[in-house]
Amino acid sequence: MAIAIKTRRYVGNGTSLELAAELCVGCGDCVEVCPHGVLALVDREGGREGAAGRRLSSEVIAILDRAACMECGACARNCPTSALNVKAGVGCAAAIINGKLRGTAPNCDCGDSGCC
Amino acid sequence: MQQVRVRPFAPLAKKSQDRVAGFRELGSDGGPWIEGYLSIGRRSIPKVSTRIDRRDRLGALRVRLGFGRDRYRILPGLYAVGSPGTDSPVLVSANYKLSFDTLRRELGGLDLWLLVIDTKGVNVWCAAGKGSFGTAELVAKLGQCRLGDIVAHRELILPQLGAAGVSGPELRKESGFRAIWGPVRACDIRAFLAAGKKKTQAMSRVNFGLGERLLLAPIEVVHAWPALLAALGLGFLAGLPFAPGWIGRSLSVAIILAGSVLAGAAGFPALLFILPTRSFSIKGAFLGLLWGALASWAFALPLGLAAGLCLVSSAVVAWLGLNFTGSTTFTSPSGAAKEVERTIWPAAIGTGAGLALAALSTALRF
Repeated sequence: MAIAIKTRRYVGNGTSLELAAELCVGCGDCVEVCPHGVLALVDREGGREGAAGRRLSSEVIAILDRAACMECGACARNCPTSALNVKAGVGCAAAIINGKLRGTAPNCDCGDSGCC
Repeated sequence: MQQVRVRPFAPLAKKSQDRVAGFRELGSDGGPWIEGYLSIGRRSIPKVSTRIDRRDRLGALRVRLGFGRDRYRILPGLYAVGSPGTDSPVLVSANYKLSFDTLRRELGGLDLWLLVIDTKGVNVWCAAGKGSFGTAELVAKLGQCRLGDIVAHRELILPQLGAAGVSGPELRKESGFRAIWGPVRACDIRAFLAAGKKKTQAMSRVNFGLGERLLLAPIEVVHAWPALLAALGLGFLAGLPFAPGWIGRSLSVAIILAGSVLAGAAGFPALLFILPTRSFSIKGAFLGLLWGALASWAFALPLGLAAGLCLVSSAVVAWLGLNFTGSTTFTSPSGAAKEVERTIWPAAIGTGAGLALAALSTALRF
């Protein structure tokens, strides 16, 4: 059943999202934690023979909607086999500028002092 | 089902237990939302009221306006809702009071445990992004609260947005507890539990509708106070050299500039998805130009001054719009970095050129 959920997209979304399909075991945990429906389980195409005779899962993750990916990193953090990789961080211009000014990683300063 | 071996937690020194709720009566620092205590062995576990009162609403209003947000916290630890037992579900949440209130008001009539971890007073999603709503803190709190002694099962219901910070596989390895990802919004918790801990697709998506965006407008306006002050100052300067009619000129310039700040802080969030393109700075520049042109026409300003103010207004709204990326639910770091790079110089040059043009036009009267 299709439910109308508005997908929000942004420039450069999902640029750093990478999937190594041969590592995927098809558990679907990433689909469960993604807040934007970027990923989906699909049937694995092209046989289930992996490297070194390893049998691959019948289902595998596919990136359905990269432009909806906000790179929050939930999928990669919850992938049991590190099949997903993403350069996660805060998508916040002020944090990026803060980081540039101080020569550190993007930091929105919201920890103990407020904001978001 | 696979049996999970649970590591016994090392007993902690009394002092460390006292820093988390669920060991002693909280007294005055517990807050009025504690309606009683549940005694388990020698522990007094605070019982949370599910009713929101006037003080909670005033507190919410205050932090929505941006005042005292970093101090709006509750003591981390284990809380009870209703009359939970050893089989009752365990919800995990952050210790930002606004998040805590949003959750507890949805729990009326339910019996469950509430494990509040220390996110330094930051909401679940932002804290997950920073790592303070993370596996290490969660595992530490499980140990400090000795949750394994209280419940017979080994399941934690975590807010789905906490997944950016908590790793289910690591949590299981380090504590024996299995993560069950609950709904994004607290208002879906009851339906989620009633459905046997199953989510519908709508429960697992963030939406960022008009209501959610408008809730953010007050704080954006409050944060923009230096820009508002600068707008008024520039308006005053535009009145120089205070020849007859300077008040009108000052006022119109001040209103256009201050209006552009308000357009960026409040208009931008409201019109976010109506404004053209996916780029926040282009959306902002468009809105700023629109405002500058309309207001200049309404005040019948000379062409040079109007053009200068339009440039400034465009740059200001583009910049404030870009800053709004920090408040949205869908902008990626890759995209925000790209936009910052593309926007800094055009916005700076636009502001400078616009101010110069406006000043020249005022001085030379064109």
